[in-house]
Amino acid sequence: MKYNPDKNGYYGQFGGAFIPELLHPNVQELEDNYTDIIESESFQKEYKNLLKDYVGRPSPLYFAKRLSNKYGVNIYLKREDLNHTGAHKVNNTIGQILIAKRLGKTKIIAETGAGQHGVATATVCALMDLECVVFMGEKDIQRQAPNVARMKMLGAKVVPATSGSKTLKDATNEAIRYWIQNPDTYYLIGSVVGPHPYPDMVARLQAIISEEMKWQLKEHTGKENPDTIIACVGGGSNAAGAFYHYLDDEEVELIAVEAAGLGVDSGESAATSQLGEVGVIHGSKTILMQDEYGQIVEPYSISAGLDYPGVGPLHAFLFDEKRAKFMNATDKEALNAAYELTRLEGIIPALESAHALAVLPKMKFEKDQTIVINLSGRGDKDLETYIKHLK
Amino acid sequence: MNSIQQLFQQKDKNLLSIFFTAGFPKLEDTTAIISELSANGVDFIEVGLPYSDPLADGPTIQHSSSVALQNGMNLDVVFEQLQSIKETNKTPLVLMGYVNQLIKYGEDKFCQQVKDCGIDTVIIPDLPMVEYENHYQALFKKYGITNVFLITPHTSEERIRKIDSLTEAFIYVVASSSITGIKGEISQQQIDYFERINTMNLQSKLIVGFGISDQKTFATACQYANGAIIGSAFIKALDKEGVGGIGDFVNFVKS
Repeated sequence: MKYNPDKNGYYGQFGGAFIPELLHPNVQELEDNYTDIIESESFQKEYKNLLKDYVGRPSPLYFAKRLSNKYGVNIYLKREDLNHTGAHKVNNTIGQILIAKRLGKTKIIAETGAGQHGVATATVCALMDLECVVFMGEKDIQRQAPNVARMKMLGAKVVPATSGSKTLKDATNEAIRYWIQNPDTYYLIGSVVGPHPYPDMVARLQAIISEEMKWQLKEHTGKENPDTIIACVGGGSNAAGAFYHYLDDEEVELIAVEAAGLGVDSGESAATSQLGEVGVIHGSKTILMQDEYGQIVEPYSISAGLDYPGVGPLHAFLFDEKRAKFMNATDKEALNAAYELTRLEGIIPALESAHALAVLPKMKFEKDQTIVINLSGRGDKDLETYIKHLK
Repeated sequence: MNSIQQLFQQKDKNLLSIFFTAGFPKLEDTTAIISELSANGVDFIEVGLPYSDPLADGPTIQHSSSVALQNGMNLDVVFEQLQSIKETNKTPLVLMGYVNQLIKYGEDKFCQQVKDCGIDTVIIPDLPMVEYENHYQALFKKYGITNVFLITPHTSEERIRKIDSLTEAFIYVVASSSITGIKGEISQQQIDYFERINTMNLQSKLIVGFGISDQKTFATACQYANGAIIGSAFIKALDKEGVGGIGDFVNFVKS
């Protein structure tokens, strides 16, 4: 497959494993084992069973009739918001925890932005009786209080990241630093970022989203392929999962929606593809927001899950190759899209997913087109923000 | 022969190296710090290029980096400062920065600037061996620059031998599985590790870093290696005593 990484973890010029020597044994161990584990019958059986009985998969593919009427096009929502723990993140944590167990690891660390990945990690650690430490930016701890409480209730230790912008980037830095000092731990990365093999491993574990979309769409429409798939992108794990089995179907349009914050050129944005340049962040060569000297720029978005200055190397490659179209939505547009979906369909989306919905008014459709929007998470964690802006 | 190899020809025991972050505590301190360190007999000096996201560094160096960046330090400024002392400074300098700085600044431009400063040795902690061989070895060679690799207690013998074969300056022996500036003493486990490295009969000189903070840890490290590097402890002292306190710090470590 053109969109699979090469043996050094490169998608075109993007990817690789830019890690300090201290992390080499850990990353090498994972690289040596991850494909064999994922492709093994015992893993697949356990993974699929847990996804079915514990997560509640397959997640429905729902034809959003009133939303479709409004935009004059057929819109299907892939309901990752209905998963246990409220987002797509759990697909990955279930998979990685099974890998960690097979590697004999007993202590798990993770980073989190919105808290969804932290909750999903704390959940699987409770399930598997493993120790769990989650690093979270101090700013995100404040704006995502319900998820912090959930992680604690699940038995995880939440460590505030107080460096830099005190958000996802800094939580990831702290997790990596902790990993360097505690090489016996397993780092359960939440997105398609980080050194090879993480981007590929996480994409494979999220690929269940598009695997289901294919047969579900066929049931609904008689065809496996939609015209367009839309997903939001921070690091890019839900988009990677929603795109994965369609990457080689070039006739399917893939749209990645980044968070524009207050506007792409406002200085308060997280639209990495528009503002970024090639560089290395968190062990991977990709596109990232940086100044002329390579200092990483602090991103901004109302959504804690999209507030990331980089993007996974697969997405950088899809952008570079023009395989995916990169659009963006501002805070305000995302909020409006969230209110709209809530009123039209009775579904309160996560702020992250609302960014994917927010490009609908900017697009031109033909009447019989089929669009799938990956509704990556539910909005419970964002209620405070929604209530504040509703006034 | 590079500047570090020349140094080893004159002296190959008890070498003291000091790491500091360029632009800390004040933007203009770089050249004064180098000249004080030289005057007090430090054998070679690591100049840290402050970075926004220094993954391999602990809180002390992180703090110095963010202060340096707030002070306005950047690659153009540091190269200008280092060029200004090219003729007068006789102590070998080693640059330490992160790979993203090199990529964004421009790989050729970066190397040319390093060369123009009279520097021939760099440490890039997030540039692993495979990336070095595939993308940087030829470039560095073109500018007469050599790269220093790190080894840790978890680095396999096979990998150490490979690193040894690529090494022209020295191998940076990470004293423990740690980021900089955490551990304060040298344990028996670490000594076992140093001894294990010694029995490998490597062609490269060995310099120990991470966790070297005072006279005692420096002396212990020097029993098993050609020298040692002090970073965080020096930066803490610099923060407290300023440039004027450098002599006391160095003499205390060497006493």
